This record gives sequence, C-alpha cells and structure tokens, in this order.
Amino acid sequence: MQVPAFEWIKNLMTFTLFLQHIVNALSLGSLYALLAIGYTMVYGILRLINFAHGDIFMIGAYVAFYGTALFVLPWWASLLISIVFTALFGIGLERVAYKPLRDSPRISIMISAIGASFLLENLAVLIFGGRPKGVEVPKVMGQVLNIGSVSFLGVSLFIPIITFGLFVLLMWIVNGTKTGIAMRAVSTDIETSRLMGIDVNRVVSFTFGLGSLLAAFGGIMWSYKYPQLNPLMGVMPGLKCFIAAVIGGIGNIGGAVLGGLLLGIIEIMIVAFFPTLSGYRDAFAFILLIIVLLVKPTGLLGKRQAEKV
Amino acid sequence: MLEINELSVHYGGIHALQGITMKVEEGRIVTLIGANGAGKSTALRATVGLVKATAGTVVWNGTKLTGMPTKDIVTLGIALVPEGRRIFANLTVEENLILGAYTRTNRQEIRSDMDRVFELFPRLKERIRQKGGTLSGGEQQMLAVARALMAKPKLIMMDEPSLGLAPMISKMIFDIIRTINKSGTTVLLVEQNAKAALEIADYGYVLETGRIALEGPGKELLADDRVRKAYLGEAQG
Ligand SMILES: Nc1ncnc2c1ncn2[C@@H]1O[C@H](COP(=O)(O)OP(=O)(O)OP(=O)(O)O)[C@@H](O)[C@H]1O
Ligand SMILES: [Mg+2]
Repeated sequence: MQVPAFEWIKNLMTFTLFLQHIVNALSLGSLYALLAIGYTMVYGILRLINFAHGDIFMIGAYVAFYGTALFVLPWWASLLISIVFTALFGIGLERVAYKPLRDSPRISIMISAIGASFLLENLAVLIFGGRPKGVEVPKVMGQVLNIGSVSFLGVSLFIPIITFGLFVLLMWIVNGTKTGIAMRAVSTDIETSRLMGIDVNRVVSFTFGLGSLLAAFGGIMWSYKYPQLNPLMGVMPGLKCFIAAVIGGIGNIGGAVLGGLLLGIIEIMIVAFFPTLSGYRDAFAFILLIIVLLVKPTGLLGKRQAEKV
Repeated sequence: MLEINELSVHYGGIHALQGITMKVEEGRIVTLIGANGAGKSTALRATVGLVKATAGTVVWNGTKLTGMPTKDIVTLGIALVPEGRRIFANLTVEENLILGAYTRTNRQEIRSDMDRVFELFPRLKERIRQKGGTLSGGEQQMLAVARALMAKPKLIMMDEPSLGLAPMISKMIFDIIRTINKSGTTVLLVEQNAKAALEIADYGYVLETGRIALEGPGKELLADDRVRKAYLGEAQG
C-alpha cells in the first residue's frame, strides 16, 4: 500500500514541529539547569537550601533590564554588569543572612533563607514596582532563525549552546583547579579543610558567587525568552529548579543539569502533545519528583551519604 | 619552639584541659600520652585553633597562636594529622595530597615533595588515582601522614597515628615518624601505644583528666613505675 502524498506531508510537518519543540525544550531545560546548579552547589557545601536563589535569578533579570532601559547600555554590557552585580549580591546575601548562623542548628539557617526570600521579593516590589515590565529583547535574541523548515527564536538556540559552554567551564573549575578541589573538600569535611589551610569562608563565598552568576545569566536569558519581568518571576522557576536538583541528586552538579533538562523537556513535550493538560504544567515537576524519589531516593545521580548534622 | 602555657579548654560545662604547660623544642620528638578522655586531642586541636582556649596561651617561635584562625596557624608551618585520619573520601589520593600543600605556591617544589612522599609511601603512588575512601585503614593513615607532610611543616602533630593498625603497619608508621624527624621536622605525638611512643620520644608528658601528671625524658618515663603500671599494662612487681 502506498501512503498518500498528503499523509506523508502531514508526517513531515509533525516532524518539523517536533524539532521545534525539541529546541524549545532544550532551551527551557537549560535555563532550569542553570538555576538548579546553584541550589546543588550551595547545598553541597553548606547543606543549606538557599530558598532565595530564585530571587537572585529575578534580580539578575531586573538589573540587566535597568542597564538597557535606564542607562541605555548595549544589551551585552548590561548583561555582563548584571552578572557581576548579582554574583556579588549572592556573596553579600550569604555573608549577611547565612554566615552568622553557620554554627546554629540547621533549622535556623533554613528559616533565615525563607526570610531572605520574602525580603528580596518585597524589596523588589518596593524598588522595581509590582507592575510587570516589558523587556526590550536584543535583536540577535529576538530574531527568528530558520534551519530547513524548522524556525525558532535566536534566544532558544543560544541558551543551550551557552549553557553547555558554562557547564564545561564549571566542570573544569570544580574538577581541574585547586579551588575546585577545595570546594569538594569543604563539602565533605569543613574542619579538616581548615586544617589544610583552606579559607572556608572564601570557598563558601566563591560558591555563592558562582551559583548567583549562573542564576543571573539564567534570569536574563529567561527575560529574553519570556520578555516580561515581575518581582515574583523567580518563585516558580526557583521551586522547580530546586526540584530539578533533588531529582538529579542534590549536591551533584551533573545531576542538577540532568534534572533541569529532564524537567524542561517533559514540561514542553507534555504541553505540546497533550495541550489539554497544559494548565497543569507546573505540577509535572512535582509528579516527576515523586516518581524519581520513589524509585531512587538519592536522586538520579546522587550517592548515598551520611547526613552531616 | 612550641610553648603551651596554662592552657585551658571548656566544652560547655566540661573542663577538658585544666591549665596544661608543655614545651616542644625544635628538632625533637615529644609525646603526649594518657588514657581515653584525658584531653590529648583537645590539646592538639586547641593548638591549631580548631577549639577555643578559655585561658592560657600557645606560642610558636614568639608568635601567639591563641585566637588565630586555623588557616593562618597552618600557614606558619604547623600540621596536624587528625585523630581518625579524616582523609577526604571523595577525593583521589593525589587530590588529598594537593590539598595538603594548599598553602604553598611553588608548583615545582610541590611536585618534588610529592615524589619524596611517594618514596616514603610507595603504596600511595600505586593508588594515586584511587578515591581516598576506597583505601584500607593502613593506607588511609599513610595518606593522612603524607598529606600533612605535603605542607612542608616545621612541626607535625599526630593524633594516635597507630590506632587500629596491624602491628606491622603500626611499626612502619613509627619508623616513618623517626625518618620525618631525622629530616628536621619537629614531632608532637599523641599515642595510646605508650611504649612505642616513649621509645622514640626525646621527651614525654603524661596527661590525666586534663592535667599534666608527669613529664620527663622518654627513657625515664619508660622506667617510671607509675607509667609502667598505668600505661604499659605491666603488673606491679
Ligand atoms: N566536642 C566536644 N564536646 C563536648 N565534650 C568533648 C568534646 N570533645 C571532647 N570532649 C570531652 O573532653 C574530654 C577530652 O577529650 P579528648 O578527645 O581531648 O580526649 P583524648 O585524650 O583525645 O581521648 P582519646 O584517647 O579517647 O582520643 C573528654 O571528656 C571528652 O568527652
Ligand atoms: Mg583523642
């Protein structure tokens, strides 16, 4: 039997559509991965869930927005400034909200993290205003690219590529440099790290800086992909990316990336193929979390480790 | 020279060190022995600033260490091989050694010191890419000592390095301690194995519930009746 020509064309169309979804899924997944890395690194070092991490993501996006909208800087300049500023901001947050509580019971520092998150969100409402702000998307990011019959926004292609580059760089820092070895040492045994002459505070600051930098980058790219800012924009991505980090195995950077990508891909695919379920898109993360934890309680790439209390 | 003067440490209500005074002269092997819970580890930990002294001072070649952060004390040339080895289980043997040399910057010197350490512990060289956690207990102890040596310390303090080791390995560790000392490193050794420790020590201190009960040259303490009875497990006679 021969397949009628129109049938064949229809199949081709769905395949094109499928590729388009793949690009979208990869870019959303990469954004999740960028944010999830920060959760996992901070948890790895301090056994702390940095609830304010999603707000760091939001701050990164706003700073870049004001760089172009208020100070009329070129987009790449405000991107760089925002990344540096947000990294310093993350370091400052740790100094003010977490460091004084490092020797207190775990619950105190968790509560401080929740407080910091609410504070940042409310300050953002106060300073940036509660009304959503429209972002002017840079031309390269907003242009429509066509590869064959597949077309997508520039930003959707750039995100996975740059994320991959950042990931390679991060793995090199963690596995190939002395600072990276020190980071891993601090994450297993702070006291013995001190005995090696490691400045633990500096390693912690470095970790917060790195995590915040990636979150800022993620926030800015997010604002190019979904060009609207509001002070609570970090809440849902923050929650999902924390889940992504747990799914991948918290404390494991590769796991965070895997969890983020998985979450992004599943979210886009389910919405694409089961449009009736799209109202529940935020719930998929939780369902996936439950499934993964039932099958492998340590997360996909997580190793069992004694809880340090 | 390390001088510990009237050093006191409290853990909450527990007065773990009750004003101990000790001296470790350059080039010597000095040992600190005592029963479980006497405060030996506490003395070493207070020296490197891992626990806070509540009174008294520790002075190293004229510099007051009390109150200094650990990383600065370590940088002055004092290394501690902690009780229970405390190697980084998730790092390779090589990475553990690199961390031992964390405060140093001259890469060439670090490289050649690593080679020297491997001469001392050939078994570590064979396991250079292995994760620390997969080493045997004896190998982990070797790594803990090797890691401390990578700091090129002037004073190396060891907290029960022979604990839980087979007699052969234990003897090897004591031989190594002597070798390290011969090459010019001062040693402060905390031991449960009082006999082996006093045999290689120039001078010894006996700690009893937070106080120095006895002190003297190693040979003299070995011959002392009280020491023989309490720490060498010999029947009275
Ligand atoms: N972190 C701590 N908190 C409370 N008490 C402690 C702490 N560390 C030690 N102690 C107490 O201080 C005393 C001295 O302990 P320390 O570890 O210095 O003894 P030690 O001589 O090294 O014993 P061992 O030979 O068993 O290693 C003990 O009574 C111990 O229970
Ligand atoms: Mg002890």
